[in-house]
Amino acid sequence: MEFPVASSPHLSGQNNVQRVMAQVMLALVPGIAALWWYFGWGVIVNLGLTSLTAVVCEWLVMRLRGRDPRPVITDLSGLLTAWLLAVALPPLLPWWQTVIGTAFAIIIAKQLFGGLGYNPFNPAMAGYALLLVSFPADMTRWLEPSVLGGHAVSLNEAWQAIFSGIPPHPQGWDAVTGATPLDHLRTELSRDHMISEIQRDPLWGNLGGKGWEWISSWYLLGGLFLLWRGVIGWRIPVSMLGSLLAVAGIFWLIDPEIHPSPVFHLFSGATLLGAFFIATDPVTASTTPRGQLIYGALIGVLVYVIRTWGGYPDAVAFSVLLMNMAAPTIDHYTQPRVFGAREDADGR
Amino acid sequence: MAADLAPPVWDFHGGLHIPDCKALSADRPIIEATLPSRLQLALQQHIGKPAEALVKPGDPVLKGQLIARASDYVSANLHAPTSGRVVEIAEMPIAHPSGLSAPCIVIEPDGEERWAELPAPITNWAETDPAELRERLRWAGIVGLGGAVFPTSVKTNVTGRQVDTLIINAAECEPYITCDDRLLREQAGEVLEGARILRHIVGASRILVGIEDNKPEAIASLREALSGDDDGIEIRVVPTKYPSGGEKQLIYLLTGVEVPSQGLPLDIGMVCQNVATAASVADAVLRGRPLISRIVTITGQGVSRPGNLRALIGTPVSELIAQCGGYTPQVHKLIMGGPMMGFALHSDAVPMAKGSNCFIAATAEEAPDPPPAKPCIRCGECVKVCPAYLLPQQLYWYARARNFDQTQDHNLFDCIECGCCAYVCPSHIPLVHYYRFAKTEIWASERERQKAEHARRRHEFREARLKRLEAERKARLRKKKEALEKKSTSAADDPKKAAIEAAMKRVAAKKAAQQGNAAPPPREGDD
Repeated sequence: MEFPVASSPHLSGQNNVQRVMAQVMLALVPGIAALWWYFGWGVIVNLGLTSLTAVVCEWLVMRLRGRDPRPVITDLSGLLTAWLLAVALPPLLPWWQTVIGTAFAIIIAKQLFGGLGYNPFNPAMAGYALLLVSFPADMTRWLEPSVLGGHAVSLNEAWQAIFSGIPPHPQGWDAVTGATPLDHLRTELSRDHMISEIQRDPLWGNLGGKGWEWISSWYLLGGLFLLWRGVIGWRIPVSMLGSLLAVAGIFWLIDPEIHPSPVFHLFSGATLLGAFFIATDPVTASTTPRGQLIYGALIGVLVYVIRTWGGYPDAVAFSVLLMNMAAPTIDHYTQPRVFGAREDADGR
Repeated sequence: MAADLAPPVWDFHGGLHIPDCKALSADRPIIEATLPSRLQLALQQHIGKPAEALVKPGDPVLKGQLIARASDYVSANLHAPTSGRVVEIAEMPIAHPSGLSAPCIVIEPDGEERWAELPAPITNWAETDPAELRERLRWAGIVGLGGAVFPTSVKTNVTGRQVDTLIINAAECEPYITCDDRLLREQAGEVLEGARILRHIVGASRILVGIEDNKPEAIASLREALSGDDDGIEIRVVPTKYPSGGEKQLIYLLTGVEVPSQGLPLDIGMVCQNVATAASVADAVLRGRPLISRIVTITGQGVSRPGNLRALIGTPVSELIAQCGGYTPQVHKLIMGGPMMGFALHSDAVPMAKGSNCFIAATAEEAPDPPPAKPCIRCGECVKVCPAYLLPQQLYWYARARNFDQTQDHNLFDCIECGCCAYVCPSHIPLVHYYRFAKTEIWASERERQKAEHARRRHEFREARLKRLEAERKARLRKKKEALEKKSTSAADDPKKAAIEAAMKRVAAKKAAQQGNAAPPPREGDD
């Protein structure tokens, strides 16, 4: 009797790429819901726009490469990129900017390098960085969170604003938009205001900015879910948050009037989103156990450096992209000591 | 003595907890397989050089008769598993991952089971020189029966090395396989006796038997066989985790010592032997019997009555399956060895060999066809399970890119091919396949390099030889010339000859002067 042959092992676990991606997307849902709660329907419209664009772009590229687009689209990696980009974008960004950012992420940052697994840079962050440097005004025009008594943006208003540029408020954009807490802090500090003065602003909550701190908390919850499921390892989030807290803590201890507290750094901007969802992107991160500690720690340091002395209010995207570049080198120098390695071999 | 303290068991990095599927066959006692209609014995069933056939087609053979001789130090004898007639010696398909053919001796049994004359039992082995016992193992054609099939007489040759521990590998960590479990349940005493002989051969002081905790009956049987005369033998129960039966992993589990990378257990004063090997050692020494049969597990949902058979080496797999009730309609794949490290057979017309511990007739649910591989997302799941602390994802990357220098920098040759990485891979990449490919390529280029080196040396040697011959020839010529010159100078002493020569010179000079008027007349005694 004849049988088909295959290479060992003949057993295989239940895990697959689609499942990994789906779990990350699931873990994003609480954060997305919080964003929607505080910033209204623009978030959902953005999510739809980036998702649609990502799928169309992947389909297009796979057709151009003469391959079956189905396995690529159904592995969900493109959709995950779309979601990560969507949650990083201002809720009422003009639709064509959203489309450009997504298309850049999928076509240039991901597929031109060979698709999933071959991209050296985190596609979502590459798309975000492109938009930030190209359209800085639009990209920093965030809505006021609804908890500040701001206007709750309805689906219709969001649609109008995104596709037709009509402000969701009769008194124009200024009535509904404002600086993010990080941006606000930065501006005020540059005017030589003390932190204790700045924090009197109604924008401030207990941990970070009002609303923002809750969104961050929901990202943290999603991140803990991923850790529990074993989808991500603890090394990158712990080392990134640890180093950010440590560096911020040192400066805060030196002078808490001009340096915000480590807790503020933790719950502001994209720190927690970055630590659990962005920096942990396995394709672009360091892959050795020790390398991941170094990789995460350096992202934490860079986030602090760019936030404090850099030209942009938030820094997660640039920090991750910079460390993406360093990942292969880190991997090269942090190979684990193999089983039975002789002590005198090369000290690894 | 702290006898009440359980001996420590270390834990190795990585590994997998997978369903062991041993219940299919673990409770089936070993039964003697019926005599097959023909036996096909490959000349190479071991690591090393193939054996040299000592019989011709048509020759009658007796059970236990030597039919092929070890052709090198690392090689193994082969004996006729039963009496009968050699009908053919030819290349035939064997159990090989790539379905290769190899030279085989085919024996048609006559059913009489007449034994050849066997060497005398060595009952006083404890007073016998280890070299003599090793010679017996070598005669008996014993190889590692755990699957590695390395000649046991070579592995136990520890001349000049200090060995303190003999490890007996009873872990049987691969799912499905139960042959060692059954052997221990039914013949633990035989295994321990073989272990004692092996201990004497290698000169170790203690024996550690490592066994996974999913075999309570075998553990009880071992303990019972040991009760009373615990002469430095310890039964160590280790947690069930694949691949605890890997030599390096088991040694670490039992002793906390790592076998050096790309080294041998011997480097840390240990020798590791499988339980079935130990039993065949006892058989060879105490009864003078060669290795002509072994216990093999026939299992899987694809066979009607899974079980454990003691079968003759060379029995066709199809006959083993037939004895277990044949295939079920769901059979999909036939695997030799365990599902993690064994290989899929393309046909059941091949014979079982010394290293065949298990055949799994697997259904499509048990051994599913792998889905198409997706790209590596470097998730690092493989790093978590690698017992060798390798970076499988990086090895894959470099093997795929044929960057073999980098694969070696990433310690490719420390890979034991356990398959844990491929098992957990979410992209279903056949990682082990890539590592085998890289290893093979590196071996091939190493062979090429050695060949080139050999050719270069031969060329240089030839050049040197030609030079030397030339020099010798020149030296001979010079000597001849010198001898001649000596002769001619010695001629100058003869006055008569000198006079003739002087006269000749004068004539020549005159002639020259007449012709050109240029040369001055030579004066006498000028030369």
